[in-house]
Amino acid sequence: MAAKDLFQELKFRDPVRARALSEAIGHEVAALGRRVSVMHVCGSHEQAIARFGLRAVLPPDLELIMGPGCPVCVTDGPEVDEAVALAVQGARVCTYGDMLRLPGTARSLADAQAEGAKVDVVYSVSQALELAEKHPADEVVFLGSGFETTAVATAAVALANPPKNFSILSVHKYVPAAMNVVAESPETNIEGYIAAGHAAIITGWGIFEPFAARTGKPVVVAGFEPLDILAAILKLTELMRAGKPEVANVYPRCVTKEGNLAAQRSLWKVFRPVTGRWRGIAEVRDGNLDLTPEYAHLDARKRFRIDTSPVRDEEAEEAAKGCICGSIMLGLANPGDCALFGRACVPESPVGACMVSSEGQCRIWHTYGGVPDLRKVGT
Amino acid sequence: MCLGVPGKVLAIDGMSATVDFFGVRKELRLDIVDEPVSVGDYVLNHVGFAIRRIPPDEVQETLALFDQILDVSGAKADLMAADVRGEIAAAKHKE
Ligand code: SF4
Ligand code: SF4
Repeated sequence: MAAKDLFQELKFRDPVRARALSEAIGHEVAALGRRVSVMHVCGSHEQAIARFGLRAVLPPDLELIMGPGCPVCVTDGPEVDEAVALAVQGARVCTYGDMLRLPGTARSLADAQAEGAKVDVVYSVSQALELAEKHPADEVVFLGSGFETTAVATAAVALANPPKNFSILSVHKYVPAAMNVVAESPETNIEGYIAAGHAAIITGWGIFEPFAARTGKPVVVAGFEPLDILAAILKLTELMRAGKPEVANVYPRCVTKEGNLAAQRSLWKVFRPVTGRWRGIAEVRDGNLDLTPEYAHLDARKRFRIDTSPVRDEEAEEAAKGCICGSIMLGLANPGDCALFGRACVPESPVGACMVSSEGQCRIWHTYGGVPDLRKVGT
Repeated sequence: MCLGVPGKVLAIDGMSATVDFFGVRKELRLDIVDEPVSVGDYVLNHVGFAIRRIPPDEVQETLALFDQILDVSGAKADLMAADVRGEIAAAKHKE
């Protein structure tokens, strides 16, 4: 059956359709006639894949890998150190819950909080703004994490004339950079990419066209239901077989080609992509979102002298070296390959970032029994 | 943080909307939504901001989807459901 008909009839969880999709994927991969790897770059996708055991319905010759898909996981230790140092220096640091236990080189914001520093978990950047209004004597620093979908919210607040005691410590990350870093890694052998639907709501799927053209690899934008993901994989394998490095959108109920233009304008008024380190990976070209000169007055890095030396710890950095998060995010290893997985590194006391957030791959594998790839059960 | 949750707009006051999420009322910012929003529309919530007005014909499917996710009863270990519940609980309560 033509894949197009399946997409149009997508009803998200219908087992009959799931089977049809799975069979169609099997045919495509058989026609390819070799072992192929595809990558998704989204924590929400990994959750759905692990939860519904989707890897079990894929042909053995198709490897589905999770790339650097969580902005919390790729936030670098020294970036967390900056926030911890600010909190220790007396600022009121506000951030999303995901960031609280994320280890810096030695300590997390939760550690600083336990020692008496003012650290607030907020659900939205607008709550950080309210805290700044409520505590005019405090310097309120919002540690802004997340990909562009989340950075847009930070930008909206920056544009709305925040109070003088409010500033932003940006560790926002940029999704297209995550795919570049994988595509350019000499060891990876990814033949197609599944792009995250939520980021694409803002940027539009058109943003992936230069990537597809440059790398010669197809990209499919997918939603978060099992059938969304299977449909995306089918579309991807079709494009791979046809040798077409195109971008396809199988999430039209949320994503358009242009995306949300007004949001993009806000985003690029306040932020610009700069090169920076991602945890466990490397320098990532244009991977971080920094405040533009026009908004430098809101930049905590410009407003304060941040001294991270008291909160760093070279020894702890050394211990974290057993963590192979970086290789996992590049698709070169999986959590089972890490000697610390489920032993020294568990959700209650994470060694690496991938065990911290609910969308980190180690955390997800740990939660779903350590072997979400059911094909490997019993082997 | 990356999962969007849909809700129905009950009232609008400038850049702020009161939105119903499965029976819980929350306040959302409208600064970055893609299209003008009116009372009765459904919007996708991301960290306290509406990021997309959901086209009317998609609403039922999207709601059904989230109902299903929320329904997985007793599934304490279900991270995705926990994230959705967390998002709903954490969105600012409308006083
Ligand atoms: S199990 Fe822990 S230490 Fe090992 S790669 Fe994952 S996060 Fe890092
Ligand atoms: S933990 Fe999830 S929701 Fe939070 S930033 Fe990572 S991918 Fe997004």
